[in-house]
Amino acid sequence: MVRALLVRGMLVGLAAGVLAFAFAFVFGEPQLQAAIEFEDLRAAGAGEPGQAEPIGRSAQRTIGLLTGTVALGVAFGGLFALGFAYAYGRIGLPGARLTAACLALAAFATITLVPFTKYPANPPAVGGGGESIDQRTLLAFAMIAITACALVAAVRLHMQLTRRLRAWDAALVATGVFVAVIVVAQLILPAGDEAPPGFPADVLYHFRLASLGTSATLWLTIGLGFGVAAERLLPPRARHARG
Amino acid sequence: MSEVLVEREAVVGPIVSPGELLPYAVFAGVLLSVVVYFVGAEAGAMSVLGSGAVHEFVHDARHLLGFPCH
Repeated sequence: MVRALLVRGMLVGLAAGVLAFAFAFVFGEPQLQAAIEFEDLRAAGAGEPGQAEPIGRSAQRTIGLLTGTVALGVAFGGLFALGFAYAYGRIGLPGARLTAACLALAAFATITLVPFTKYPANPPAVGGGGESIDQRTLLAFAMIAITACALVAAVRLHMQLTRRLRAWDAALVATGVFVAVIVVAQLILPAGDEAPPGFPADVLYHFRLASLGTSATLWLTIGLGFGVAAERLLPPRARHARG
Repeated sequence: MSEVLVEREAVVGPIVSPGELLPYAVFAGVLLSVVVYFVGAEAGAMSVLGSGAVHEFVHDARHLLGFPCH
């Protein structure tokens, strides 16, 4: 069973990677190109020599982008299938498709959406110099880890509270705890770097929107696609559950 | 018709035991770490290959997937 789910997860992840590439190519690349042109213009204005690029732009925005989204899609898809195998029948959600959709939503919120409110995706030229990259990488992953811990804690709290409180109240308390943890964490963590003076605001806005859309495409495809694949695979065990 | 709906929406029990899942989870977790490392970091002090070719190759994917880049 695990093997069959894992294979389907990786295949759905592959498709999700391809779709995410298509979204990123259409909506993200024009913004990325505009940011690179700003960067080059600024460097030329400051009298800096142009950087020798080992990989050309045409490869970066096609096969390079595709490699990145597909590699991440397959890895996320496989791990998602294992998460599904554990969660299915344990978190109290009926049906494979609803379980998969909720898991994908949780993954999108944990890995992308909530950390994005503190450290959003940045185009080239935005986000400080090369010397702070180690710290910024660490902070970005720390924010993801904090969000994941807060989410797990909130879900467990919710499952305990539903025995004592009404469903809506339990959901409100759990959500409140989650939001409180995130707010405190974001207040403590240092601020992200800002855009350099003169960087076009609309490029930054549309780049970040395209980045969110790319991740949303990835998780939407995994959540909905895997739900269908898993439903066909799983035996209809519920046949006698309620008559 | 209603029978079919009940069938699909009924809550079922777990389908795999944690013990069965563990080796897969460890392997996938390690694999994901490697992939995230190469797509998401592989730069500066965290670079193992040094040349920066991998870093440059997936440059656009890193930006658009929201990883800090440079």
